[in-house]
Amino acid sequence: MTRLISFLAHAVYMGTPLLFGTVGEIQNEKAGHLNLGVEGTMAMGACAGFMIAYKTGSLWLSILAAFLMGALVSLIYAFLTITMMANQNVTGLTLTIFGTGLSNFIGEQMISASPTGNLKLPEGVMNSLKDIEIPLLSKIPVLGEVLFSQNIFTYLSIIIAVIMFIYLKKTKTGLNLRTIGENPAVADAVGINVVKYKYINVLIGGGICGIGGAFCSMVINGGVWMANSVNGLGWIAVALVIFAVWNPARAIYGAYIFGAFMVLKYYFPKDLGFTVPESFFDMLPYLVTALVLIITSVRKSRERSQPQSCGINYFREER
Amino acid sequence: MSEEISAEIAVKCSGITKVFGSVVANDGIDLEVKYGEILALLGENGSGKTTLMNMLSGIYHPDKGNIYIAGKPEAINSPMDSIALGIGMIHQHFKLVEVFSAADNIVAGTKGKLRSKSVVRDEIKKISEQLGLEVDPDKKVYNMSVSEKQTVEILKVLYRGAKILILDEPTAVLTPQETEKLFNILRKMKAQGCAIIIITHKLGEVMDISDRVTILRKGKSVETVNTAETSEKQLTELMVGKAVELSIERPEPVNVKPILNVVDLTVKNTEGSIALDDVSFVINRGEILGVAGIAGSGQKELCETIAGLQKIEKGAVLYNKENIIGKTPKEIINLGISMSFIPEDRLGMGLIASVGMTDNMLLKTYKQGKLCFVDRKPARALSKELIEQLEIKTPSTELPVRMLSGGNVQKVLLGREIHSEPDLLITAYPVRGLDINSSYLIYSLLNEQKKKNTAVLFIGEDLDVLLELCDRIMVLCHGKITGICDAKKVTKEQVGMMMTGSTMEEVLGIG
Repeated sequence: MTRLISFLAHAVYMGTPLLFGTVGEIQNEKAGHLNLGVEGTMAMGACAGFMIAYKTGSLWLSILAAFLMGALVSLIYAFLTITMMANQNVTGLTLTIFGTGLSNFIGEQMISASPTGNLKLPEGVMNSLKDIEIPLLSKIPVLGEVLFSQNIFTYLSIIIAVIMFIYLKKTKTGLNLRTIGENPAVADAVGINVVKYKYINVLIGGGICGIGGAFCSMVINGGVWMANSVNGLGWIAVALVIFAVWNPARAIYGAYIFGAFMVLKYYFPKDLGFTVPESFFDMLPYLVTALVLIITSVRKSRERSQPQSCGINYFREER
Repeated sequence: MSEEISAEIAVKCSGITKVFGSVVANDGIDLEVKYGEILALLGENGSGKTTLMNMLSGIYHPDKGNIYIAGKPEAINSPMDSIALGIGMIHQHFKLVEVFSAADNIVAGTKGKLRSKSVVRDEIKKISEQLGLEVDPDKKVYNMSVSEKQTVEILKVLYRGAKILILDEPTAVLTPQETEKLFNILRKMKAQGCAIIIITHKLGEVMDISDRVTILRKGKSVETVNTAETSEKQLTELMVGKAVELSIERPEPVNVKPILNVVDLTVKNTEGSIALDDVSFVINRGEILGVAGIAGSGQKELCETIAGLQKIEKGAVLYNKENIIGKTPKEIINLGISMSFIPEDRLGMGLIASVGMTDNMLLKTYKQGKLCFVDRKPARALSKELIEQLEIKTPSTELPVRMLSGGNVQKVLLGREIHSEPDLLITAYPVRGLDINSSYLIYSLLNEQKKKNTAVLFIGEDLDVLLELCDRIMVLCHGKITGICDAKKVTKEQVGMMMTGSTMEEVLGIG
């Protein structure tokens, strides 16, 4: 039982960066922009978050830095696709390559500049990254240990996902954004400022991805800088958007299911009489991603599908 | 120089000029609508109607000239400005989000906080009741009929408090009954003091609904007349700039014999629902068989099945007694079935938009080249021949066809298909979006084919044209044939009733 609980808690922990990435990407796609640059955006967030924490020793500054860096990287994407009407897929892919590379490059430069030859986060930051038990809630059996004894990033990701859900479903601004994602010409005709909405939401979405990146470099790697800390999680997040049918609330448990697949190898019973190679478990999340994509493309529902204009740039005077 | 303009005048445009590159789309246009009046805006394609309306709705900005709203000069720089001035535009292609409910579509983009569903519902109900509109606020748009969608569009505009309404070809996709309903709503809005501008090609409707008519020609406003003092003939002459013969000829069919026999055909559409439901009919040589029906009643599937592009559930399509189901499009073309299928987006299936006329001609004849080489000479010669014969306006045979105007694109496509001297010609909406002159040219081309003993399947949307041009009319409703009748013996209203599901027996009182 304790084994199961720690498995579930570990799944939530590993699902945290996925949740950031997924929610950020949902916001992008709701604005009609398929951003394949999540991986790169997260990588840059990972770099900015870690380095600011390393230099200043402030957790909050580092989270802010990761958010701003994510937004800044997305500004490149936004400018190219919204203003310059560049192809969204190509721009996103380029961003992924660029972000991952630049993040690693900065990391290397910092390492060679450091006296110890490695980068380690200050004690203060590490302490504030420890698990926090929420009073009362953490005493609930099972659920308390799984959900309410986590680190600050995990709580933040859930809060952001819930806010995003309310924003999209319950507010006028959210309705306007969804209108843009479905059909920007409709939004334009009713007087919604399409370009402004797109910029703001693509940037905020990118910022959220950036925080997810910071989790990878600061928490998962145990406070020591390592290259490629995001390591494909950004891609899984893009696929998770489909699994969550563009709903931030569903993204929460979607992320945890995928988190579970990522940590399954540590909890798989060893006394079954046969062994499963570890590389199989490493492959598992990606295999499940592929399966999810197949299943969701077969299932057809008009409401639960990608915003219609997603991937297509909008130019008002096009006829 | 500020002139005094009465506040009773909802919209006054004076000297509006708009230039796109070297093209003068609007050249000093004057227009005036009062509150409580319906103005029809009439003009051929390319006469500048849409450009003018886009300036009122804030999409374009005029280069010269002034717009006065309720007597005050206004600069309309964006759709927001336009809405704030009480102008509401109902576009020809509905501006609705398919996956939203009616209420969400109506509310999106309005100022203020998102209000609770019940409040919105009450407000929609209040507006609907005043005008006798029927709409379910929770219904999703993709579940709606065309007429319902239009109602939502109207509500959307009224919800924003528009007092000036612009409708761009609102009746193009409606049945006669739905059109009558729409006109009743417009009359009520007029009685409540709204100013309404309606853009339409259909002269009968202009005469029916409008108080005054402003006619545009080649970007200029040529004349404004009171509807009561004019006639369809005069309007056409003003619109075209010369006298035109308005009747479509219908030569008696000769040598009528069956060529294509469709038996018990059932086809599913891409979404998996039944698109054609147990359909049986015969197409004869030497006649034009018209197909009437609300858009999406199975017309597309019918064309594509005959052309061999659709999988079928059951049934057979016999061409000279040979079943063509299961044959590839190439085998079908070799049988002499030529199909000119012109969907809503013309450049979709018939032509390649980004290449010139010559290459488009080659699409049908590339196999005739020697060895593996393509011989472009005959194709170029054919292009030149068509340009001359059909008066296609293009500077060169190599200009990408997407640069041509709609009418010319249509001529290129139809010209190519007719040139292959088919035994069966299938045309879907061949005059959609064309002006009067081009339309009549297309009709006479079809009649020529009929005289050559070709069988023509004509899928149309304008019932007046179907009734005048075709020999027989087949009516589709939800994929079922509700009647096949003699075009000379049936009225527009009767066809309209069949389009909405009444059978021919009920409508004509037979049996």
